[in-house]
Order: sequence, then structure tokens, then C-alpha cells
Amino acid sequence: MEWIRRQRYLIDFILSSLLRRKGKNFGLLLVYTLVVFMLASVMLFTHALKREVGNVLQASPEIILQRTEAGRHALIPADYLEKIGRLRGVTGRKGRLWGYFYDATVKANYTLMVADERELADTEVIVGSAIARARGVGPGDYLTFRSHDGIAYSFMIRELLDSDTELFSADLVLMSERAFRVSQGVTGGGYTDIVLSVSNPRELSKIAEKLTQRLPDTRPILKQEILRTYDAIFSWRQGILFVLLAGAIMAFVIFAWDKASGLSAEEKREIGILKAIGWETGDVLQMKFWEGAILSVTAFFTGYLLAYLHVFYASASLFEPVLKGWAVLYPAFRLAPVVDGLQIATLFFFTVFPYVVATIIPIWQASVTDPDAVMR
Amino acid sequence: MRKSDRLLLLYVVLSGLFLLSLADTTRSPPEGAERIDRTRRMVAELGLTDPALFTEARYTRHLSQADLHSAFQDHPMALEHFPSGSLLVPPQRSQP
Repeated sequence: MEWIRRQRYLIDFILSSLLRRKGKNFGLLLVYTLVVFMLASVMLFTHALKREVGNVLQASPEIILQRTEAGRHALIPADYLEKIGRLRGVTGRKGRLWGYFYDATVKANYTLMVADERELADTEVIVGSAIARARGVGPGDYLTFRSHDGIAYSFMIRELLDSDTELFSADLVLMSERAFRVSQGVTGGGYTDIVLSVSNPRELSKIAEKLTQRLPDTRPILKQEILRTYDAIFSWRQGILFVLLAGAIMAFVIFAWDKASGLSAEEKREIGILKAIGWETGDVLQMKFWEGAILSVTAFFTGYLLAYLHVFYASASLFEPVLKGWAVLYPAFRLAPVVDGLQIATLFFFTVFPYVVATIIPIWQASVTDPDAVMR
Repeated sequence: MRKSDRLLLLYVVLSGLFLLSLADTTRSPPEGAERIDRTRRMVAELGLTDPALFTEARYTRHLSQADLHSAFQDHPMALEHFPSGSLLVPPQRSQP
């Protein structure tokens, strides 16, 4: 009880002392909070995006077979569907037709795709919500595409793709097979690639091996590879974002070190007076420990909470320009909140602990010296 | 009220909000789960392989389908110039 009373007095004293140098301390708190905010935002955003994309991509095709010609992706002839032959474990095979279209009016790249399941007429398309936003069109309006031979084809928008699926469908244009072949000049009957369904995931690598033996000019892409690609991309430790942040963190470390280690004459005098009126070295250290802890814990909580709101309730809008690059179409999406306890603990350790330590050492040096020497 | 009490109160509020944020992640709202379900159904139906995050260039749109050296495919001396290229890590080779 006595200990708690003592700490409360100490905290009262520190708060008054911090408030005496309001500008400097609030400035520090603000910068500190911003650093935690940025780090926590990157961490929460990449983790949630990784989880969401990984979760959805579980539904993507097990094997995609691409044909390569002179080392580049080329159309795959329809008879390759037969050439694959009977493969144990393959439950379905289908040619996919898709490609890109650069729309010069809005300077955006679309992904054109044939969707037989949607039973579209040759003059109809279904488009993603981001395209509708960029072009200012809706169901019933017409979209005109300039074909490979310079002829303009108009398509009526039958409907828009569900805006909830925008993370995957923002730039899609679904059309009938005939419309795709005629407008894009894919007339020979080939496909862009072939997708294979496999029921047992343990057979995937064996099937892929057989495919490359039977069709040496093809490259199979397995679902695990797709998942691994995205897992690597969103790994928060990697990428330029973290490199940029590292610069900001270094700047903060220098700032905090300078603030914490280079004791001002006023602070040295304060310690001298405290010692002269009977404070012991231990008291001064305790006081400074509390000072560092109060600043860093407040910055940690505030920064983390702001980051949480930013990522999950403001659609991580600060990251949009980074991810968007020069793209015109960008999906509007909200991520399902997910937090990794280990990451929070790491963030706490790397933001709070170094600051507290950086404050304690110089104070210890000052507080063990003679009060008379410090005050002079 | 003493200054230390005010600080304590602030910490009670902040840690309450912190716990609330953790609770928020465990509560999975039905509309969130349904949204992911709908997206999965669409991905399965159309056989999609990539999220539409980087639509700026052909080879950044479908990262999992691009050639390993797709950034340099336009011509041998072509430099990567799309911003999203700088966000990507080198491809991880599949294990034998």
C-alpha cells in the first residue's frame, strides 16, 4: 500500500514536470504516436489482406496450364484438352479465355474474360464496379471497345458484378465466347490457358509432372504456387513500404535518443535540486522510468487504436496511393478485422522497451553524480 | 482529482478500447463471412487466380500467372517502371 502511495506521488510529480515543458513533450508524444500508428497500420493491413486473399484464393483452380512459345505465354490450342489424355485424379478440365484491354478514354486496363456460366448474349457484358465508377456507367448503358482490327463494338451492360467482391472483380469484363473471339482476334479456336480440377491435393505435384512430360511446351501453375506468391507479397517485413518506414523509424530513434540521452541543463538542474533536498538515486531513476513508460505506453495505445480504425474502419485509405501506383481502377474494399497477438507483442516490445531504456541510462549517469556538480 | 488518477482513468479507457479492438476481431459479423463466401463462389465459378489490386500493367494484374521475368519482357533492356513492381518480392521457387 505504501509502495502504491509512493508511486502515485511520483507520477503526480512527473506529470507536473512533463506539463511544465508542454510543447516539447507533446511534440515527442505526437511523433511517437505517429511512428506506432504507421507501423501498426502496415502490420494490421498486410496481415488482414494476406488472410483475406489467402482465404478466397482457396477457391481458385488447382492447376492452370499455360503454353509457352519462345519463353513467353502463348495461346494453347484446343486439342491440348485431348492431348492431356486420361490422368488419374483429374476431375475436370476446361479452356479459359481471358485477356487484357487498354481503355484509352480512362487510361485503364481491363481484364476481359469469357464466362459461359453467365449465359451472356453476344452483345452483352457484365462489368466490375470499379469500371462502372471510372466510366460513369451502370446496367443498361453501353460500353464500346475498339477491336483488334480497329472496328468499334458496343456492348450493353447487363449487370454489375457484386460490389462486395470488388477486391477480386474490380476490373473484370465478362462477355460471351463469340464476342471475345471476334473482338480480340482469338479466332483459331485456342484458349488462353487450361484449368484442371483435382480432388486430392496430394496428387497435384505428380499430375503437374505428368503434364510437363506429355506437353513439354507447357508450364503448370499450381494453387499452392498462387497462394505462396501472395503470401510472399504481403509479408509485412518485405517490400518498399517497410524500407520507407525504416527511414522514418531511424529518424525517430535519433530524435528520441537525442531527447532522452542529451539531458538539457534544466533537467540536470532539476535532478541536482531533487538530490539536494534528499531524493535518492533510486527515486530519481524510478521517476524517470515512469516518465518514459507514461510517454511510450500512451503513444503505443493511441497509435495502435488509430491504426486499427484506419485499417478496418477507414479502408486503409492512406495506403491506397501506394498500392494503386499508376492504376486507374482500384477496388473499394473493407477488410475483416483480424489481429495477430504475436505481432502486437513484437510491436509493443520494439516501440516501448527501447525508449524506456534510452531514458534510464543517461538519468542514471546524472543522478549518481554530486548534486553540487550537476547544479553548477 | 489528482493528476495520477486522471492518468489512470486515461489508461483504463485506452486499455478498454484495446480489449474492445481484440474482441472486435473475434466477433465475425455475418455480413463479413457472407461477403467472403460470395467472393469465393465467384472465384470458383470464373476460375480467378489473383486479386485486382494492381491493375496498372498486364504483368502486375495477374502476378501468379506472369512469367518469372515478366517485368523485363517488353524488350531486353526494358527497366521496370511501374510502382507496384517495387512492392513485389522476387518469386519464390517451388520446392521439388
